[in-house]
Amino acid sequence: MKITLQKHIKYFSKKFNINFLLMLLVLILASNYNSISAEKKILRWAADSESGAPYVFEDESKQGVQIGFEVDIIKEICRMLDYQPAFFQNQWDGLIPGLDRNDYDVAINGIEITDERKDKILFSIPYYITFEQLVVRKDDNHIKNLKTLKGKAVGTLSSSLAETILKELEGVEIRTYESEYNSFTDLKLGRIDAVLIDAPVAIQYAKPDPELKFVGPEIKQLSYGIAIKLNNIDLKNSIDSAIRVMTNTGKLKEILTKWSLWEPDLWNKLMDVHTANSNIIKIESQIKKSNKTFSERVQPYINWLPELGKAALLTLNISLLSMILAMAFGLMLVLLRVFAPTPISKLTVVYIELIRGTPLLMQLFFIYYVFPVHLGIKLDPFVAAVIGLGLNYAAYEAENYRAGLFAVPRGQIEAAISLGMRKRDTLKHIVFPQAIRLVIPPMTNDFISLLKDSSLVSVIAMVELTKAYGKFSSTMYDYIVPGLIVAAIYLLLGLPFVKIAKWAENKFSHDKKRS
Amino acid sequence: MQKAKFDQAETIVKVTDLHKYFNGNHVLKGVSFEIKKGMLISIIGRSGCGKTTLLRCLNSLEVLDSGTIEVAGITLSRELKEMPSNDSAKNKKDSRFAGMPFSDFTKHDEVDADFNNKTRIIRQRVGMLFQSLNLFPHLTVLGNLIKAPMIVKKTSKEIATNEALILLEKVGLETFKDRYPNQLSGGQAQRVAIARALAMNPQVMLYDEPTSALDPELIVDVMQVMKQLHDEGMTQIVVTHSMQFAKIASDLIIYMEEGKIVEISTPEEMFTNPKDERTKNYLSILFE
Repeated sequence: MKITLQKHIKYFSKKFNINFLLMLLVLILASNYNSISAEKKILRWAADSESGAPYVFEDESKQGVQIGFEVDIIKEICRMLDYQPAFFQNQWDGLIPGLDRNDYDVAINGIEITDERKDKILFSIPYYITFEQLVVRKDDNHIKNLKTLKGKAVGTLSSSLAETILKELEGVEIRTYESEYNSFTDLKLGRIDAVLIDAPVAIQYAKPDPELKFVGPEIKQLSYGIAIKLNNIDLKNSIDSAIRVMTNTGKLKEILTKWSLWEPDLWNKLMDVHTANSNIIKIESQIKKSNKTFSERVQPYINWLPELGKAALLTLNISLLSMILAMAFGLMLVLLRVFAPTPISKLTVVYIELIRGTPLLMQLFFIYYVFPVHLGIKLDPFVAAVIGLGLNYAAYEAENYRAGLFAVPRGQIEAAISLGMRKRDTLKHIVFPQAIRLVIPPMTNDFISLLKDSSLVSVIAMVELTKAYGKFSSTMYDYIVPGLIVAAIYLLLGLPFVKIAKWAENKFSHDKKRS
Repeated sequence: MQKAKFDQAETIVKVTDLHKYFNGNHVLKGVSFEIKKGMLISIIGRSGCGKTTLLRCLNSLEVLDSGTIEVAGITLSRELKEMPSNDSAKNKKDSRFAGMPFSDFTKHDEVDADFNNKTRIIRQRVGMLFQSLNLFPHLTVLGNLIKAPMIVKKTSKEIATNEALILLEKVGLETFKDRYPNQLSGGQAQRVAIARALAMNPQVMLYDEPTSALDPELIVDVMQVMKQLHDEGMTQIVVTHSMQFAKIASDLIIYMEEGKIVEISTPEEMFTNPKDERTKNYLSILFE
């Protein structure tokens, strides 16, 4: 007893000293920043709010407002360092590349501190330490631990520690998901046999679910850190100090407790599953909505409509501008292909085959993530999206034009040049007007296809319609109603253009009609 | 019959030792002839004798390979540097244009800009009626007539339209000006195609098989238009299979065989007393 008391006193004095010193350091650093600019500095922080609870996710009742334990941590850090936090939405996979692009200063979203990542970015000291949890269906008595996974299909999040662990196992079929909700849905549907996932996610989504259960021991240890751009050591030091202070003052405990993530053993970098079992704030409230009235249930959906409208407008803007670019650039390509000297003509063929033969998604990644780092071309997401889609579709449009041009009979050109017309006049006045009618139907086809392909630009941090759908449904815990709404929006966006194309086709096709 | 009438007229077409090859085939083997202003000439001969190629060479739809062509004051002259062969690099290059309608353009790249300019002037002064007519399907009858004058000669739309309406009246189709080509009968389309060529105000008219696709009663309409032009002093060269047409309408008939001109005679001479055995042979087969 005596010894313990002494230990406590010693401990407290030590703690006090550390705290005092750290506080001082933070204050000095903060005042330094203040002296540089009179205004409050902005800390741009990124996360994927679609990645869900309890990390960073969109408030069900307030659109555009992020909540989650990481949001609270960032806010606390900003308060201590006297920053103004500014949120930046990005796809989870794009969080670290986005740091390279300098789109934001830090990324926080359950990013595990790994050696590979340490090469690319700085990590703050861990603000949370946890483990991987194996989740199975309630009625499954076969899977007990990692060893019993052989021959089973196991879901996890892409590019996570769990995925790495699963890859080391033999005979396991790995299915990676963008959203944890999808993985649990597939587990319940029997599409997969187990989910290996970070414990906080498992606690949040699977623990309250009566159809699922946890099995096996804690697997590995993983630490979440805040990702910081490689050369920003000052910021890292400030954030590290802030995290130390939060930990020591109990502020971190307060935040984690609020999100049911606090474990007594966290001090010793260990965690006890049982204590994580207490109050689950988020998901339980969403599952237990049985006694809500109809309007109460409908209201959240209606709240989402403005956001969907915004996303639809973005989709339409991107699609229209890309299509205009594709039509103009495609025309240039076909003219060069058909009329330019052979070497240039060959180049256009190479371009067309290269673009048609590689995935659009990869091209977008290149334009958005590779170009800025290696070529110094940093494009705004919107511009990158339009250019990426436009250059891609130009290859298809060039071929459409070519088909149209070739379909105009040779006699038409002979007639025109026998009347003394020049080559370019013949093309402009005789060939193109006849080719246009032939080209309209395949181009309309391409535009409709482009409208939907524009969903791929969500990988470059744009919240267009499909991304909005993902956020919408993962927040609402409902994929059907948002899905139907979004599908209807896509359909409605495309239909007017189908009508316009029909009209244009008729206008250009009087030669086919007899009165 | 009226050959003497043209003795004093100036020469408007003069072809000297014209050669033309297609992929190594010698299609025209040294063709020479002269045509006086105002004449109507028929070119007859078996299929593949080169008569259509000759016609197309006259307005450079086919570029001559060697020889001299003087048409309406413009002289085109080329000397053959090497024998074109079947497997030349040029043919390989053109293979990427296989089946496409632009091969004419690429072919013209082989000659220099001066030559190209001359061919364009010739084409403005020489009207051509194609066997398949090639009316522009996306334009109305009026549009077909005014397009070239407006683009090539920069004629204003009002003037071009006025002249086009006069021409349509001449061919009896003024009420059809707003129709599209597919709304015309064969005979009407033929006359529109003639009017389109005339809209450029040519000095020479070339016709490729003008009557072959027409019903007999429509041939009369077209012949009437040609007769009217003849009376106005238009020089006309007609490739035809119709001996009747050649006999009735021509001042002179050219008979061709295997890329060469065998005989140039008036219709009486040609049909009653051909000078050459080969002509005699051809006509006797035809009228058997």
